[in-house]
Amino acid sequence: MQKEILRTIENVEIYPLISLIIFVLFFIGMFWWVVRVDQKYIDHMKQLPMNEEHQKTSDHETNKN
Amino acid sequence: MSGVTLEKFSYDNKIVKYFGAATLIWGLAGMLIGVLAATQLFLPEANLGNPYTTYGRIRPLHTNAVIFAFVGNAIFAGIYYSMPRLLKAPMWNKTLSWFNFWGWQLIILSAVITLPLGLTTSKEYAELEWPIDIAIAVVWVSFGANMIGTLLTRREKHMYVAIWFYLASFVTIAVLHIFNSLALPVSFFKSYSAYAGVQDALVQWWYGHNAVAFFLTTPFLGLMYYFLPKAANRPVYSYKLSIVHFWSLIFIYIWAGPHHLLYTALPEWAQVLGVAFSVMLIAPSWGGMVNGLLTLRGAWDKVRVDPVLKFMVVAVTAYGMATFEGPLLSLKSVNAIAHYTDWIVAHVHIGGLGWNGFLTFGMLYWLWPRMWKTNLYSVRLANTHFWLGTLGILFYALPMYVAALTQSLMWKEFSDMGRLAYPNFLETVIQIVPMYMLRAIGGLLYLSGAIIMVYNLIKTAGQGIFVEEEMDEAPALAKYQSQAGEYWHRAWERKPIFFTLMATVAILIGGIVEIIPTILVKSNVPTISSVQPYTPLELQGRDLYIANGCVGCHSQMIRPFRSETERYGEYSKAGEFVYDRPFLWGSKRTGPDLHRIGGKYPDSWHYHHMVDPRSMSPGSLMPPYPWMSTNTLSHDDIGAKIRTLQKLGVPYPEGYDEIARADLEKQADQVVENLKGAGIEVAPNSEVVALIAYLQRLGTDINKETADLPIR
Repeated sequence: MQKEILRTIENVEIYPLISLIIFVLFFIGMFWWVVRVDQKYIDHMKQLPMNEEHQKTSDHETNKN
Repeated sequence: MSGVTLEKFSYDNKIVKYFGAATLIWGLAGMLIGVLAATQLFLPEANLGNPYTTYGRIRPLHTNAVIFAFVGNAIFAGIYYSMPRLLKAPMWNKTLSWFNFWGWQLIILSAVITLPLGLTTSKEYAELEWPIDIAIAVVWVSFGANMIGTLLTRREKHMYVAIWFYLASFVTIAVLHIFNSLALPVSFFKSYSAYAGVQDALVQWWYGHNAVAFFLTTPFLGLMYYFLPKAANRPVYSYKLSIVHFWSLIFIYIWAGPHHLLYTALPEWAQVLGVAFSVMLIAPSWGGMVNGLLTLRGAWDKVRVDPVLKFMVVAVTAYGMATFEGPLLSLKSVNAIAHYTDWIVAHVHIGGLGWNGFLTFGMLYWLWPRMWKTNLYSVRLANTHFWLGTLGILFYALPMYVAALTQSLMWKEFSDMGRLAYPNFLETVIQIVPMYMLRAIGGLLYLSGAIIMVYNLIKTAGQGIFVEEEMDEAPALAKYQSQAGEYWHRAWERKPIFFTLMATVAILIGGIVEIIPTILVKSNVPTISSVQPYTPLELQGRDLYIANGCVGCHSQMIRPFRSETERYGEYSKAGEFVYDRPFLWGSKRTGPDLHRIGGKYPDSWHYHHMVDPRSMSPGSLMPPYPWMSTNTLSHDDIGAKIRTLQKLGVPYPEGYDEIARADLEKQADQVVENLKGAGIEVAPNSEVVALIAYLQRLGTDINKETADLPIR
């Protein structure tokens, strides 16, 4: 029933359309970034929960050998 | 890293211990209430003979206890443990931490007191009255402030994905809670929703749907991304996948929300794109599940022996099942069968018992030995718990699926003559009573497992020494120098405030595109001139209906299916609900729909049915409400109620609050007179009189001539 009422609102289709477009564009942008991201950064992030026990945190950004 | 001074600091384990203990205590309480409620569904006498422990009131107590008390405390315990460690900094402010703890427990305690007393808004998962709502907002914001303060004082430059999930959960729940709880108070314990009818329903389910996502799902995904790698002692399988998982989940709601509501209004190309994306959207949830499971690659031998991992594997699998079932249930054809049945109950319990429950158990079994620097007291008991819990889930869910399909098909079956094959609703209920019994056994098994866990954890604590403050050291955060070629995302998640703002913007966009049509709805509900505000007595009866949680078993929404119009009468129209604050459409039919109950039976039928339902419907599962014939209402609040509703725009004539009492008494005398004709003596100010007045009004307005109406 809500659907029927919502449909009577003038130009209501613009709202899901806006949300769909924002989402699609953001998703593509995010995906593109994830694919291209620096592997060192990923490795560093992955290790974050693991390296509590040994305190020396390796910083991938300052430690570029 | 030579030459860098290490700063010493400590992590507060005490707050984690307190939140963990609260999780255990409220968990047992919530599950016990659940078992009691489940028992009442085949044995109504288990309501213990009083209104406070009757199904309609303890069902919301159960849902609030498990969602906000059990799961809520588990979220806090997990975040207060993992966040400082991931950021190499203690939680920002200890006072705030303890304010968070005691504030939350007080809120739960006030729920435990007010819900059985019938002080409720009746909006699902948002039942608590307005003073408690304000307290929730204050405590929740203090929790968020503590997290953000910790981020600002952190020593680790980057925010691990778990923290993204924590932040997004905080922001979204704050927004949802505030918007859905908007109401105008009548008194300290009573308020009327700022929204009415269709609009109230839209806001409530915008809240309900997203609250499941951002209270039961995203914080737990954060916990999964921290505790699963810790327990398996290996990093998450794919960090990239976790990033995709996060942003798609956050953004899913801006697309999926309006998509559910207005799908059919979309142009063709957008529908195609929409379908493609809906299918793709299963991927991130499943990606999350696969990510969790694949983290265990090469460690499956550990899963065989480590109860922590066993719990987590089942939890993640249940997450996958529930997130697959969810989109399935949103399909129109599936929904037509599943809605109002036990299917929904099964679905939420796969999520609640499997995902939330088992992940919490796994986390606590992992945390306790570490905080007490010892081993788990008994792995065997933990394994017993695991099997009892797993069997419990199966015994819970499978009978519910069977019950749902059986009952739904019976509701829809027509005989060769073209009449309903089971015209008596009760027939379809009696059929599934054995399933309700099995379900209660499932709940009992699950609860027994949890009791074993509590024993095991107490013993574990007893044999170890609690480490109140855990020392650590790390270099201070170096001032950041920007580097060429850095991507925007990395810069974002180094700036926590900015990141939080962006996540807020993301969910707000979603909120706005969903809320604007909802606001526009008000002026688009076709008005029905014969639909009038409730009379004062009916209003009192309606508030009793709310206070007793009748909406927990009875819907007031007849769908435009032949099987429903044959059974209940004319299907419900949007314009009929314009004075319903809150809406009472309901979400489950344990009893029949009541939208067209008005005028169907004489007043005396309702009287007998309320005092002893089985005298009118043999075999009924409805609890008896004998106290309603003796409990009286003072009606002193009717003037204030009318004034509040007038402020919300209900068109009572000016000054009506002054004469409402007289109108009320006149109508009450009429009901008493009717009952007297059937040989029933009852006081005009008794509860049952008001309730009968309300029930007899339900759904009758569309048949009336405008001139007949009581208030004009």
